Amino acid sequence: MKSAVVVFPGINRERDMARTLKLVSGTEPSMVWHADTELPPGTDLVVVPGGFSYGDYLRCGAIAARAPIMDAVRAHASRGGLVLGVCNGFQILCESGLLPGVLMRNAALRFICKDVYLRVERSDTPFTRGYNAGQVIRVPVAHGEGNYVADSETITRLEGDGRVAFRYAGPDGALDKKWNINGATNAIAGILSERGNVLGLMPHPENHVESDIGPTDGRGLFAGLTQHFAKVA
Amino acid sequence: MDAPSAAGEIVVRERYISAVTAKEPLITPELIAEHGLKPEEYQRILELIGREPSFTELGIFSAMWNEHCSYKSSKVHLRNLPTMGACVIQGPGENAGVIDIGDGLAVVFKMESHNHPSFIEPYQGAATGVGGILRDVFTMGARPIACLNALSFGDPDHPKTRHLVSGVVAGVGGYGNSFGVPTVGGQVRFHPRYNGNNLVNAMAVGLAEKDKIFYAAASGVGMPIVYLGSKTGRDGIHGASMASAEFGEGAEEKRPTVQVGDPFSEKLLLEACLEIMAKGCVIAIQDMGAAGLTCSAVEMGAKGNLGVDLELDKVPCRETGMTAYEMMLSESQERMLMVLKPEKEAEAEAIFSKWGLDFAIVGRTTPTKRFIVKHAGHVMADLPIMELGDEAPVYNRPYTDTPKKPALKASSIRPPMRTPDALEKLIGTPELCSKRWVWEQYDHVILGNTVQRPGGDAAVVRVEDGPKALALTVDVTPRYCEADPFEGGKQAVAEAWRNITAVGGKPLALTDNLNFGNPEKPEIMGQFVGCLRGIAEACKALDFPVVSGNVSLYNETQGRGILPTPSIGGVGLLDDFTKSATLAFKAAGETILLIGETQGWLGQSVYLRDICGREDGSPPPVDLIEERENGDVVRALIADGLVSAVHDVSDGGLLVAVAEMAMASGIGAELEAVPEDTPGHAFWFGEDQARYVVTVPADRAEAVVRRVADASVPVHRIGLTGGDGIEIPGERAIAIKTLVDRFEGWLPGYMSGAA
Repeated sequence: MKSAVVVFPGINRERDMARTLKLVSGTEPSMVWHADTELPPGTDLVVVPGGFSYGDYLRCGAIAARAPIMDAVRAHASRGGLVLGVCNGFQILCESGLLPGVLMRNAALRFICKDVYLRVERSDTPFTRGYNAGQVIRVPVAHGEGNYVADSETITRLEGDGRVAFRYAGPDGALDKKWNINGATNAIAGILSERGNVLGLMPHPENHVESDIGPTDGRGLFAGLTQHFAKVA
Repeated sequence: MDAPSAAGEIVVRERYISAVTAKEPLITPELIAEHGLKPEEYQRILELIGREPSFTELGIFSAMWNEHCSYKSSKVHLRNLPTMGACVIQGPGENAGVIDIGDGLAVVFKMESHNHPSFIEPYQGAATGVGGILRDVFTMGARPIACLNALSFGDPDHPKTRHLVSGVVAGVGGYGNSFGVPTVGGQVRFHPRYNGNNLVNAMAVGLAEKDKIFYAAASGVGMPIVYLGSKTGRDGIHGASMASAEFGEGAEEKRPTVQVGDPFSEKLLLEACLEIMAKGCVIAIQDMGAAGLTCSAVEMGAKGNLGVDLELDKVPCRETGMTAYEMMLSESQERMLMVLKPEKEAEAEAIFSKWGLDFAIVGRTTPTKRFIVKHAGHVMADLPIMELGDEAPVYNRPYTDTPKKPALKASSIRPPMRTPDALEKLIGTPELCSKRWVWEQYDHVILGNTVQRPGGDAAVVRVEDGPKALALTVDVTPRYCEADPFEGGKQAVAEAWRNITAVGGKPLALTDNLNFGNPEKPEIMGQFVGCLRGIAEACKALDFPVVSGNVSLYNETQGRGILPTPSIGGVGLLDDFTKSATLAFKAAGETILLIGETQGWLGQSVYLRDICGREDGSPPPVDLIEERENGDVVRALIADGLVSAVHDVSDGGLLVAVAEMAMASGIGAELEAVPEDTPGHAFWFGEDQARYVVTVPADRAEAVVRRVADASVPVHRIGLTGGDGIEIPGERAIAIKTLVDRFEGWLPGYMSGAA
């Protein structure tokens, strides 16, 4: 799997992401600077990592969405190429029009960093094939603005088309207000684009991949992607 | 052009016609006092330069000679701290301390206060405190890998406390989270004595290659001095002077002197600095912290035995019309000063422009040893550079030792309630409750190396891909320091050492952040001197040198000082992070052992204060030999994989320690009866030092007990793990669920306004 990690000024989880991609897929990703206009030739997967692009002083992700490299990312997605956005990356993908909706401030108005449980809604996508549908995974969140909001029409379409990939849930997979840590609509933690080739999610699977450090439930996402490309190739 | 000096005689302005044409205010006694300079200090300036200073020069002196920058009240005592050790590469005096952790790697760390600004503007005050300490670390060429902090707030019932907690915590998180460093540990406390002066102590820890550390000393004549980072504005002018005075009424009016943080710029500055360092562009580098351009330029020159010429017209400014005085005293954040290798100019500039940061040559090093500041065609300052630092006043202020308090007899203290009730109450007090509400606002998992997260004895952070790891903690028990500064100082060091030990780390070195009241009061100075003696003694006994630190005095409001709070930030090393110990019980049916001697010391305990309503007695004495012997045994047991859980016994005593181990795991404990010679409340809640609770699988218990006893260290079986509560013979059972609800409930309830 040839992956490219896009680096905007203020992004800060690019090293975590690159380390995990290397660890799980065995291949070092390329780091692509925001001012570049092209992705490395042969890129399979584009990853927009977490952080605070441009300080997030404007609406989160709004400036990054307009960076030169994003035209290349949009072109990659329109060719059906895979794009993964995590945390700030999810916000950037929403702002750049690759995904619908917006991430608002957490309902409690505070930054929150803790392990959460996610229910994997479907396993038939390149991003989630490493999991079973209905499986519950434990991964950390670290964000101040992760409260997913979209107009009701969009939500209905997302739900109807099965484009919700992950939801905040309890350890048994049950949905309850108390597990929905940021107040997201329908407890949405991650969504897919219409064609299913773009995934945005708030939690950080890249931080839960090593058994010596803690839980490893994030590994499935990267292992699944690696398998996907192994099969394609 | 004659003007009266403070001393009354007439001094002729000769060289400063230019300063006068630049329309600077005349020097008057009021102006001198406003700059925080005492008449005798001003006299010293006159003698030093042989004439009256210009307004800009007066500002420079006030910046260099205030307490914050000159350490004038503390210097004579700081000299007694042990700063040498096998691992020490750089002790105090640089931007941060540096220690060797083997494999060609060095750890760079320091703790610093941002108390006064955080009281006036909690979010920005705390945020820029974090920003400042991060800069101290990456200035030396280290990439920050962890932050910690120690926060002290006033009485929860004080009307400002909730606002301060909310702002400070958001500010600490806001900066660290955006910068991208995990905040992995710390302390949060409440006490009425912090009502008018909350404390924000921030510690940063970075990792560098041992032979690629960068220092502040300039070298070479005619070398370009480069200004890096954000532009200079009018924020934070006189911040260091503010930090060197007591608060009176109306402290909030000082808000304009609090700087505004920009973690985004700092992140860019980090990447840009590490990049130019890696490219070999840098001769010397210094961050612009307190007293900004003044302090950084003078330090670089003075440390290198060189003069400095600054051209202020080249300084990138955020606002138009800034005067020399304002530029020299601005504390705008996210700025650095660097002496550049001249042949690398183009390369360095390209790197900075890639990161969108300012890069301007603002001066040169000179052989003259003078500090010359030019602006708009005028010489605004021309001062002897060495003397600015070296000749700052040093005070050996009078001090009176804190009178010793009598030791309280446990048998003389009547327990006002049953043990289970006391435990349930204690676990939900502001002192002992969970601080989860705080640390969940800090990103503590970024960088993917956090092995032990907040909530344990010490945080454990893996070094790169391992197997080494750092054990990190911040500790101090201010109520002990208040009652007996010497024992309190010892205890702060011992507890940091113990917390590192409890996770399996070998304590290497520490940074101290000494927060006290007004040093001009002999009793406050006595607290300072006493605590320092205690710290020095413990550092020596435990081979735990001080490599960096910071002093914050004048933490007083309307004449009332804070509790003496010498925060100790400890750094330890684990050879293999997978062997680190945690405090949660691991399985039912394991033997619980108490290592260390229990007399039942209730003086100055949390039990005495929060259950009996008395802040009384002498604090528990710290026997440093015992501390060392007990700790060495525990560390060896962890290294050999013989113990399943480890927790140090501190605030709240033995039963609170056991409860914390139970709550972390959901596994209860069946405890044995209290030894006959100790009153129950003293046994369960006494705060005797040098103690640890460990668990051992039952079949191994015998061997572990023997091994500990063979090292002449006291060890007692106190019970077995199991069940869903804590059971004590003759008392009702205490449900873990009740404990957890109370433990986790207080702080969120308080912050939502319910408590």
